[in-house]
Amino acid sequence: MALEALQARLGSRFINAGVAEQNMVSVAAGLARQGLEAWIYSIAPFCYARPFEQIRNDICFHNLPVKLIGNGGGYGYGVMGPTHHAIEDYGVMLALPHMRAYVPVFDEDMAAVIARAGAGQHPAYIRMGRGEPPKGYAVPDYAPWRQLTSGGGPVVIAVGPLAGTYIGEFNTLPASRRPKLWAVTELPLEHNPLPAQLLSQISQSTALHVAEEHVRRGSFGAELALHFLESGMAVNRFHHHHARAHHFERYGSQGFLRKSSALDPASVMAALQNN
Amino acid sequence: MHFEAGVGHIGGNLSALDAMLVVFHDYLQGDDKFILSKGHSAGALYTALWSVGRLSDDDLKTFHQDNTLLAGHPPISGIADIPFATGSLGHGLSLASGTALAFRLKGSASKVVCLTSDGEWQEGSTWEALIFASHHRLANLTVLIDHNNLQGFGSTADVASMSPLWERLRGFDVDLQVIDGHDTDAIQTALAVTGERLKIVILKTVKGHGVRFMENRMEWHYLPLSEAQFAQATQEIELA
Repeated sequence: MALEALQARLGSRFINAGVAEQNMVSVAAGLARQGLEAWIYSIAPFCYARPFEQIRNDICFHNLPVKLIGNGGGYGYGVMGPTHHAIEDYGVMLALPHMRAYVPVFDEDMAAVIARAGAGQHPAYIRMGRGEPPKGYAVPDYAPWRQLTSGGGPVVIAVGPLAGTYIGEFNTLPASRRPKLWAVTELPLEHNPLPAQLLSQISQSTALHVAEEHVRRGSFGAELALHFLESGMAVNRFHHHHARAHHFERYGSQGFLRKSSALDPASVMAALQNN
Repeated sequence: MHFEAGVGHIGGNLSALDAMLVVFHDYLQGDDKFILSKGHSAGALYTALWSVGRLSDDDLKTFHQDNTLLAGHPPISGIADIPFATGSLGHGLSLASGTALAFRLKGSASKVVCLTSDGEWQEGSTWEALIFASHHRLANLTVLIDHNNLQGFGSTADVASMSPLWERLRGFDVDLQVIDGHDTDAIQTALAVTGERLKIVILKTVKGHGVRFMENRMEWHYLPLSEAQFAQATQEIELA
């Protein structure tokens, strides 16, 4: 069972576009230009990388509210191999005019993310992943920024589901050393500015760590660093933890690839200890 | 326009101009849409729009100038009759398919016409679009193919032959016609045909049509006119 339930619900408005992503994107642009609400879906890299020019010319140039859903963002398709990894996706998409990106943290976020992306009169890319909160964790209500752990330790900002993987490990630390973990879901900063509370914490923190399952270039971390430079805000030691694959010769699960990129909880914990 | 702006692409504009004039004067009505997939024929499109009063003399004078709406390829916005910015080949037929599908889903009787080049059928995305439009039997969509046999930098048969293109297209579930692309009566007749499937009309055209020294010459895919050539071309057209 994959999309059958959705197909049954939408009837003739569910269109299997076949193995033809470029056409899928431009057809969606044609539908949206006539006022229809077009959502397109594929495994993440096939959704944004293959039809890049169609997204740029046919959707973004015209600010058409087409929504692209990429499944298995980041290393979600792990051992399936490098062609299935999407670790430059939101950077590439956010380079385009009008585009916004959504990276849900928890499975429970999906309804709110779909509603918010759907309500926007702009193109949007939704990077779907698998929420990984600790067992028994009470998932907080959706918000574009959420603080997930509190303590006297440094500030850590994680993009999307990666944030959930850190909660358990951070909570093993005493409150005096426990990081202030924030999860961000909506990009770019221009449309989802840093909350005042987070800004205050950053200004008082000994270090700021940013973690994301995305390559360094075009990353949220790069955008954040530029934001601080432009705003004149001083940040004590900025550490960027990012995806490093496309350089690896061995493949494995999402967990394996996160570890290879030093994005797994243990690696981030070790980095925190060193600062 | 092209002479004053010092730009090329004249040959492919002249091969497509007759069809565009028929489309705008005799075929499109109401909310019908025209999508120029071969965006490098924007000059012919602007001329056709001018001929039906949608652009002014002053508008045309800005072609290719700074601060113009009339760029070398169709613009994103500002001209209601141009729904999409085109210029990168292989997009138009998909955009037209989405537009035609939208009309069908909305219960609208509006029609869509898409004009492609012949070289553009070397783009894989054009075939993706054909498969889609054929599969969905988009009978409210007409595809015109400006089959002038030339592309940069040679004949379509020499560069990447699918010759004859109509034989390749006949394998699809479409209604196919092959006509003289400079016979305006034949174009009108072909457009008037209705059916249950996607309609494709291959227009056998001449690159640089109407100016003898340009006709069927590959260099007029991209060369601008010199002053002497412009005078000669103008004289030929006036005598015709």
